[in-house]
Amino acid sequence: MATEVAGAHGHDEPDHLAPYLSPEAGRGIKGWLLTLDHKRIGLMYLVSTLLAFFMGGVFALLVRLELFAPGRTIMSAEYYNRAFTLHGAIMVFLFIIPAVPGALGNFVLPIMLGTKDVAFPRLNLLSFYVYLFGATFALYSIISGSVDTGWTFYTPYSTTSNTSVVSMVLGAFILGFSSILTGLNFIVTIHKLRAPGLHWKRLPLFVWGTYATSIIQVLATPVLAITLLLLAAERTFGLGIFDPALGGDPILFQHFFWFYSHPAVYIMIVPGMAVASELFATFSRRAIFGYFAIAMSSLGLALVGFLVWGHHMYTSGQSEFATTLFAALTMLVAIPSGVKVFNWTATLYKGSIVLTTPMLYALSFLILFTIGGLTGLFVGALSVDIHLHDTYFVVAHFHYVMMGGTVMAFVGGILYWWPKMTGKLYDESLAKKGWFFVFVGFNTTFLIQFIMGSKGMPRRYYDYLPQFETYHKISTVGSWLLLVGFLLTAWALIKSIRSGEKSPPNPWGSAGFEWQGTESPPVMQNFRVTPTITRGPYDYHLCSDEELFDGFPEDAEK
Amino acid sequence: MASAHADSEHAEHAGHGDHPPYLAHHFDTPEQQFDSAKLGMWVFIVTEILMFGGLFVAYLIYKGQEPAIFIEAHNRLDWKMGSVNTIVLLFSSLTAALAVRSSQLGKKNETTMWLTITILCALAFLGIKYVEYSHKFHDGLLPGRFFTAHLPEHAHNGHVLPQRASMFFALYFMMTGLHGLHVVIGMSILGWVLVRNHRGQFSPEYFTPVEIGALYWHLVDLVWIYLFPLVYLVG
Repeated sequence: MATEVAGAHGHDEPDHLAPYLSPEAGRGIKGWLLTLDHKRIGLMYLVSTLLAFFMGGVFALLVRLELFAPGRTIMSAEYYNRAFTLHGAIMVFLFIIPAVPGALGNFVLPIMLGTKDVAFPRLNLLSFYVYLFGATFALYSIISGSVDTGWTFYTPYSTTSNTSVVSMVLGAFILGFSSILTGLNFIVTIHKLRAPGLHWKRLPLFVWGTYATSIIQVLATPVLAITLLLLAAERTFGLGIFDPALGGDPILFQHFFWFYSHPAVYIMIVPGMAVASELFATFSRRAIFGYFAIAMSSLGLALVGFLVWGHHMYTSGQSEFATTLFAALTMLVAIPSGVKVFNWTATLYKGSIVLTTPMLYALSFLILFTIGGLTGLFVGALSVDIHLHDTYFVVAHFHYVMMGGTVMAFVGGILYWWPKMTGKLYDESLAKKGWFFVFVGFNTTFLIQFIMGSKGMPRRYYDYLPQFETYHKISTVGSWLLLVGFLLTAWALIKSIRSGEKSPPNPWGSAGFEWQGTESPPVMQNFRVTPTITRGPYDYHLCSDEELFDGFPEDAEK
Repeated sequence: MASAHADSEHAEHAGHGDHPPYLAHHFDTPEQQFDSAKLGMWVFIVTEILMFGGLFVAYLIYKGQEPAIFIEAHNRLDWKMGSVNTIVLLFSSLTAALAVRSSQLGKKNETTMWLTITILCALAFLGIKYVEYSHKFHDGLLPGRFFTAHLPEHAHNGHVLPQRASMFFALYFMMTGLHGLHVVIGMSILGWVLVRNHRGQFSPEYFTPVEIGALYWHLVDLVWIYLFPLVYLVG
């Protein structure tokens, strides 16, 4: 099918053996906007999700700044409600869900599978434009009155709020489509396009994680779609499905919403785990410990994630039986998460650890995710949650998982695959300084929120009692450190694009397929010759340092 | 990692070489491409079923809460028209399957005929649905705040529906409306397949779009097979 399109351009047909960033592989702005190449689409996703991260980050900084002092600091309560809603909605729907699969997955996954592209390249490009289309709705909502419901859009407030809820909800609905298309594409690619010799037990763990994520995307997102459609219809036609006056039930919205949004938490964290697995193996220079257990625990999380949505609703008035059941099931989540953490730790044990910046992010991921995961058990336990529900403790918990987990892994992944994506090295010492501020800033911002929350500070409040002032001040200062950290990291990347040294094919000495089999940056069709996979992605015990960094002699023969 | 294929006379660097025109460059064989397309459609069908699943769950929950009102309200649906539509859709699924069969055998004109009949069935379905909808509009059997069937002027055989019956119609219109949208989408896909068939782009070696289009059409049928008895017959 791609040939038809390419054929239509005649002599403009891209050169499949040119580096994918070069003009020969697709000329000018058209060569990017109409590209079917998964690597270019991945880069476009990377740029747009980073822009979304920046926007969501600005709203986060505004929220923290407002909370610096009690009473009004920089904005009115109305604008504060909008700021935290937009922070949540943008970070969830525009950044964290598409970030790792859309940007890193698109770029790396087909190369790891030894194939030229994803199964449906046009669908891939479509998913990117659907993403932009959804983002347009969200932006329209922001400028036409914004949203003040919180990112969860709970009824009945969301059906009565006089802000621009419908366009934001439709935006999230459309973004869901983009997410489904990406997931579908990856599932088919992993099943049908693996290179000869790449059987399931040789799949890199990044592929396993992405596979589990795709399954959740495909199964959970349609339920969000129908929920948001019902919400939009409720607002437009007064449908009554969530309106008690017409026999409806607002709690049903919460059930529907969390039936998607709890699995969606795994859409966010499992790709982070997938990236971290690669980082741990590469920078410990040893076969990953418990390969099969890590692979299966990703699928385990995908499964268990569908059974626990009720733990967001302990205080909603659902039946006590349901509450008890969900509390019991929630404890199951700890099993696959624990399996991963223990295996990563065992991988580090007696490994030759190289403390590059990506590895520093991976180690931060390990520590912060463990804190986030363990505090999840606190809020998952029924009796404790009654006290902690809707406090800053919950805010700190999910930021430790989402930001301490996924964002750390995402930044680590960007730096790790940066030489492959751009063909250039970045300034390690600058990136390390960035990491330092991110790590310290993150903990300054959020560790204190556990304490604040356990002392009873409710989340989403505009104002607070004097006893919480010190905590809020520390947390806000932490958000500034985070800003410095991300700016330094961004500067390291910009500097690399402008004047970075040329990268060798495998600067990290990784045994992964994506490093061993391709140039940096890869050619348009990834491989000069269809590869046959003869080794595992973590076979460090089978090769010398020279082979790792310079490639295997038998590969060079081609 | 990547050792060269012993028989790398695919001559990949020479472009698409021995690839037939319908085979995209990132697939090795037509079978691989066909299997991928089919798996992709099956996965998409799963997402569709989960999306409708949400509505079915909402329907069952509210029916469980107020069974009497739901039964009273469902009596206002026209089960005869619903049955005719069921037969029309089942028949169209048969003709869609026959279109795939004739396409596999390379009988272009037969494929055109079966596809045309399938699309005509879809149009018939929508026509009947239109008649049903107009009756409901006329009787004030509308969702939410547009519901007026509880007012005396809409009395049916001397008695009116309770106001809370609006929930039944909210769900009825959401379910049949979303299904109707899928009928339109399915019809458009089959129309596109029809055009490509007319251009002679299919052969016994390559009939993927016919297969995929028909698969989607079976989904449209499948949803109705559950929707019809649940809403029209059980109430």
